[in-house]
Amino acid sequence: MLYFSKFRIISVILISLFFILIASSNLFKFENNLLNKKINLGLDLQGGSYLLLEIDNNPVIEQKIQNLSITIRNYFKDKNIRIKNLKILGQKLSFSVDENFKQTILDTFNDEESELNPYYPRFKSHQLDITEENNIFFVNYSTQGIVKLKTSSQDQALEIVRRRIDEIGTNEPNILKRGNDRILVELPGLDDPMRIKSLLGKTANLTFRFVTNNDQDSFGAEKLSYEDESEEDALVSKRIILSGDNLLDAQPRMDSETNETVVIFTLDRVGAKRFGKATSTGIGKQLAIVLDGKIISAPVIRDTIASGSGQISGGFTFQSATDLALLLRSGALPAPLNIIEERTVGPDLGQDSINAGMIALAIGFVLVIVFIFVKYKVFGLITNITLILNLFLLIGILTIFEATLTLPGIAGIILTVGMAVDANVLIFERIKEELKNEKNNLIAFDSGYTKSRTAILDANITTLLAAIILFFMGSGPIKGFSLTLGIGIFTTLFSVYFIARLLTVLYVYRNKEKEGLI
Amino acid sequence: MIAFNKYYNQFNILSISLVVISLFLLTFKGLNFGIDFKGGTLIELRSTDSKINVSSLRDNLNSMNLGDVSVKNFGNETDFLIKFEINNNKNIIEEIKSNLDKSFGNTFDFRRVENVGPKVSAELLKSGVIAIAVALTLMLIYIWIRFEWQFSLGAILALFHDVLVTLGLFSLLGLEINLSIIAAVLTIVGYSMNDTVVIFDRVRENLRKYSDIKIYDLTNISINETLSRTLITSITTLLALLSIFFFGGEILKGFSLAMIFGVIFGTYSSIYIANTVLVRLRVSQKTVLREDESS
Repeated sequence: MLYFSKFRIISVILISLFFILIASSNLFKFENNLLNKKINLGLDLQGGSYLLLEIDNNPVIEQKIQNLSITIRNYFKDKNIRIKNLKILGQKLSFSVDENFKQTILDTFNDEESELNPYYPRFKSHQLDITEENNIFFVNYSTQGIVKLKTSSQDQALEIVRRRIDEIGTNEPNILKRGNDRILVELPGLDDPMRIKSLLGKTANLTFRFVTNNDQDSFGAEKLSYEDESEEDALVSKRIILSGDNLLDAQPRMDSETNETVVIFTLDRVGAKRFGKATSTGIGKQLAIVLDGKIISAPVIRDTIASGSGQISGGFTFQSATDLALLLRSGALPAPLNIIEERTVGPDLGQDSINAGMIALAIGFVLVIVFIFVKYKVFGLITNITLILNLFLLIGILTIFEATLTLPGIAGIILTVGMAVDANVLIFERIKEELKNEKNNLIAFDSGYTKSRTAILDANITTLLAAIILFFMGSGPIKGFSLTLGIGIFTTLFSVYFIARLLTVLYVYRNKEKEGLI
Repeated sequence: MIAFNKYYNQFNILSISLVVISLFLLTFKGLNFGIDFKGGTLIELRSTDSKINVSSLRDNLNSMNLGDVSVKNFGNETDFLIKFEINNNKNIIEEIKSNLDKSFGNTFDFRRVENVGPKVSAELLKSGVIAIAVALTLMLIYIWIRFEWQFSLGAILALFHDVLVTLGLFSLLGLEINLSIIAAVLTIVGYSMNDTVVIFDRVRENLRKYSDIKIYDLTNISINETLSRTLITSITTLLALLSIFFFGGEILKGFSLAMIFGVIFGTYSSIYIANTVLVRLRVSQKTVLREDESS
């Protein structure tokens, strides 16, 4: 037990030096790639915003059900089946047919090759569920259908969110999926999250529609209010002339004639054609520009616009024009997003937390070191050297993995300092006991190490279990705590059994004959 | 040698009373859940104007109909912590900002904003409870593999005692329960277990060694033999925790306080709960030897 081969001694020294070097790369800049790593600071330390967005899929489902009602009617019309009493009930629709077609309807919906109702072999489920009650059919999305729909709207939303954030030019944003209807956005170093929040909170669904004066319009019409409430509500046709999808580019501009900030836009070919046609047939009519159900402006068409570009005015400030242009460039979200959790830390609070954490670490460290030195003298010194190397190991490992350090993470390091001495204390106390009956220092030290081993393992495994659970269950900062606590256990065991034991062995061999060694 | 065993009965009664009082407090007074678990908004402000105080700030915010608003100093005179319940207004932060700027001039720095919706807070509470339950179960399994059932029972009772009494104390003092408290409770679970296991290890070793010493005295011998380790480790851990408590900043105060309580209770319960269970279950050399033969 108490023997260290030359090879082992050198390995221990090399490993220690390696980690000291790695750990110090947080303070100095190295050219070397391996050494050019740094611990990342969590949002609570460097300042920034954490936003959890939830996609509200209900409007999407309702829209799909509406579209489905048209599809169903047309599909069966082609098969000479008349769909009667077709009703949309939120996320469900109901209809009835003549008695003799009932089986055909059910067969169509339950056919695995059905065009109307796609079948997902992997999940053994159709997209839609159909039920029949008192001769009325009810159709709604199946569980799998909803999952598919959610995943696809999450994919689209993620892309749009990424584009919007990239446009603002925040450094190193972190945009991740959570579950099937959430998106996590981490924005380090962001000082003012309000702008991003307002940009992410907008669906940015842009449409160009004619203002009508009769609600007998064949497409139907709806009453919409103005964004700035400057004018009375207007009746707008549901027929969409152009939508945001047809936009190629949008930019804020200063209109030199009116001295007003406007947003100019360029349309794609299809859009330009439609816009040209609409503006040539609709001269004298009002064309409403509608964003998320609110009219921005409704200019009267004076000329045919065939160039495929135009401008939107609506009493913008330069900021609001810039934001609108950004939203139009990056596209519309498939569904509204709600911010269900927000945590923002300002950069100066982050710096204060780093300072406080470092002071606490330094003071805690000094207190423990002094206490241990007073208690164990030479062996206290060995424990303290081990403790310092332990800290380098811990920081070194965090650096190699470029782990994220949070404020609770710093607390985990300090706690590790307090608990790391436990293993050495267990060993030394055991050796003291052994020395009561055993005069040979070497034998007493050897059995002290052996007999304390199960207790040390038990003690560390229990703490490790707690750390692992925290790592998998906890969120954000708590993960940081469990990470440092967990890694701390491994570095502690290494430093106790290799570094501290090596130093102990060297000392004991030199003082074999000395009494009252510890 | 200190005669810890002389007070087994007295401290058992004390512990049972503490647990009963804690359960009573938890049932009737409940815990002061922070926004992590209750939902709501938290704002940490720093003012450059030292004349602004809690009551002027509170009066200003009360005029905004935020519902139940709590305003208090946070660390020092010019830092404030504002909390209010779930609010459906998406732009509430901006509105508060402009309202404060209007009343006090541009003197506030919004250092921290946290906003937790009802769905998220319910999920966080659920996963917190699950985490603690899973931790206790895993500890139970671990100890059950490592020791005889009498020891497991002792360790688990000690564990429940520590968690319940720490939470009871939080309820009594009205301290806030947030995510970091869950982390603290889990670490306490680990620490308490660790302390108990070290003493149990010694009890079992001594049981094998001495056949003529009754468990009542044997536990006392074992406690004394491991006492200096117990104390040294508790002291160094407490030194680290006190350092976090006093110098680690306001945000870590609740966490370090919970840990400090936990370490004290954990050390106490390893001695006065875990061991007394062995005594009351009349553990003897046979208990350990039987296990040795069967394994």
